[in-house]
Amino acid sequence: MRQRVRQSVGQSAGRRVGLYAAVAAGGFRRYATYGTATAAGVFTNTVFGFIVAFTYIALWDQRPGLGGYDQSQALTFVWVSQSLLAAGALIGGGFQEELQERVRTGDIAVDLYRPADLQMWWLAADLGRAAFQLLGRGLVPLAAGALAFRLALPWDPWRWLLFLVSVGLGLVVSFALRYLLGLLAFWLLDGAGINLMATVVSIFFSGMLLPLTVFPGAFGEFVRVLPWAAMLQVPLDVLLGEHSGAGTAAGALAFQAGWVLVLLGIGRLLQSAGTRKVVVQGG
Amino acid sequence: MADVADVAEAAGAAGPLRQREFTDLEVPPARGGVREGLRGYGLIVAMWIRSTMTYRTSFALETLGNAAITLLDFAAIYIMFSHVDALGGFTLPEVALLYGSCSASLGLAGLLLGNTDRIGARIRDGSLDTMLVRPVPLLAQVAADRFALRRMGRIAQGLGLLGWALWSLEVDWTAGKVLLVPVMVLAGAAIFAAVMVAGAAFQFIAGDAAEVQNSFTYGGCTMLQYPPTIFATELLRAVTFIVPLAFVNWLPALYVLGRPDPLGLPGWAAFLSPLVALAVFVPASLAWRAGVRSYRSTGS
Repeated sequence: MRQRVRQSVGQSAGRRVGLYAAVAAGGFRRYATYGTATAAGVFTNTVFGFIVAFTYIALWDQRPGLGGYDQSQALTFVWVSQSLLAAGALIGGGFQEELQERVRTGDIAVDLYRPADLQMWWLAADLGRAAFQLLGRGLVPLAAGALAFRLALPWDPWRWLLFLVSVGLGLVVSFALRYLLGLLAFWLLDGAGINLMATVVSIFFSGMLLPLTVFPGAFGEFVRVLPWAAMLQVPLDVLLGEHSGAGTAAGALAFQAGWVLVLLGIGRLLQSAGTRKVVVQGG
Repeated sequence: MADVADVAEAAGAAGPLRQREFTDLEVPPARGGVREGLRGYGLIVAMWIRSTMTYRTSFALETLGNAAITLLDFAAIYIMFSHVDALGGFTLPEVALLYGSCSASLGLAGLLLGNTDRIGARIRDGSLDTMLVRPVPLLAQVAADRFALRRMGRIAQGLGLLGWALWSLEVDWTAGKVLLVPVMVLAGAAIFAAVMVAGAAFQFIAGDAAEVQNSFTYGGCTMLQYPPTIFATELLRAVTFIVPLAFVNWLPALYVLGRPDPLGLPGWAAFLSPLVALAVFVPASLAWRAGVRSYRSTGS
């Protein structure tokens, strides 16, 4: 049944792209609905931005050039990461709780019936959400930071373009990882504990607390190749010009693309294992 | 949610629920207020603890995660100190004192009434109406809503670091300083609790604005874990005189460490934290009452 429906709807690739675009637009509108929640989030990101900025000033006053950044680059790191935080769902949020809930309640059966791929459906919805939060929660905190502190934002449009590509790849890495968490509900039923642990890991290893370039020695090298580095540290380094040469920028983007492929691939394997396992009571 | 009413009724807390007209919502009368409220709070908390213990693995992971979140915060500070000897003139154990006390205070306040920030979501989906018709004071229900025992994780971690800091610092102990340490943690928790009540009241006007509250509680704690010397004077004035978060741990800790206050407040100000906590509870509870009174159901 599912196969047949899929064939009839998915005749042309164009229509399928249209479907996912509609899902993404839905995700965008859904989050755009809650104006106060967005304003409250902007307020929080701005407050945190100020607090972290003062700690970085104290740190970089004593150690100029720490982690390869000068003070204004470090401050840029603070404010741009506050702007990306909601879009990347780095401190939770996003869709995985909802997916887990649908598995727990059995609503997932409805999703599997849809003439769309489960992973692509959620990816489209999550990218729609991220696009809204990039604009709605990103622009104001960054503007506030740029007004209050001297930031090292580049003038070069080419670098902004690379940054946007890198942010996009980072968002997909973030999605792919959270999709794995969502699917774990097929085995765990209650995902609250695993979600919290995942948030902890993402806060620390994305570089949100402290740039990963400041982490010492072999531990630092290790954390810089993990997938969480692809979510925040790499886009920021692209913006700050740490990957200014064409070769190094390509390397950074390839690093992200590598994690996209690996994590989406694992997601597909886990998805087929999970959907084979699912038994839904009829009625 | 039916089980809350079941527990209350089984315990004979009140007679049958009175059916009220939804056009005429009002606050349940505060007769026998505090005692009845605490009793209702206790019953709801007990229910949530039983419910939490159904998924033991999840509970264990969550408690661990809760402690780990705050510990990783400290790991970041630790990494900072691998590059510098002092931050704003403060050494690592001194920062650990600030960090541990604030984390324990916030953990305690969060355990007791941390889910007050869910009130915005409850207003939005209309489930606050169900709470209003129950014979338990609204604040007790909102505070006990989804009581999260896992928050013990943060308290344990904060107290642990506080203990380590006090052990490794060479403090010139006096009776006043010994007394000040537990007072600091408890009064700090009370100040955070008042902020949480005020934040919940704000959501009656602003809708789902839980994050504003978070920026004062979690954001406040992020600030208080660093030495006051690194922040701009305007910010210090704001958190001393407007939202008096400086009394949570900065002023008492500076006194214990024998350091002067950057704003030049006298030493005895360190002992004012309990009074400040009382003082902030007054506007917070007034705001709460005003919020409840102004509440109009979403109606669906």
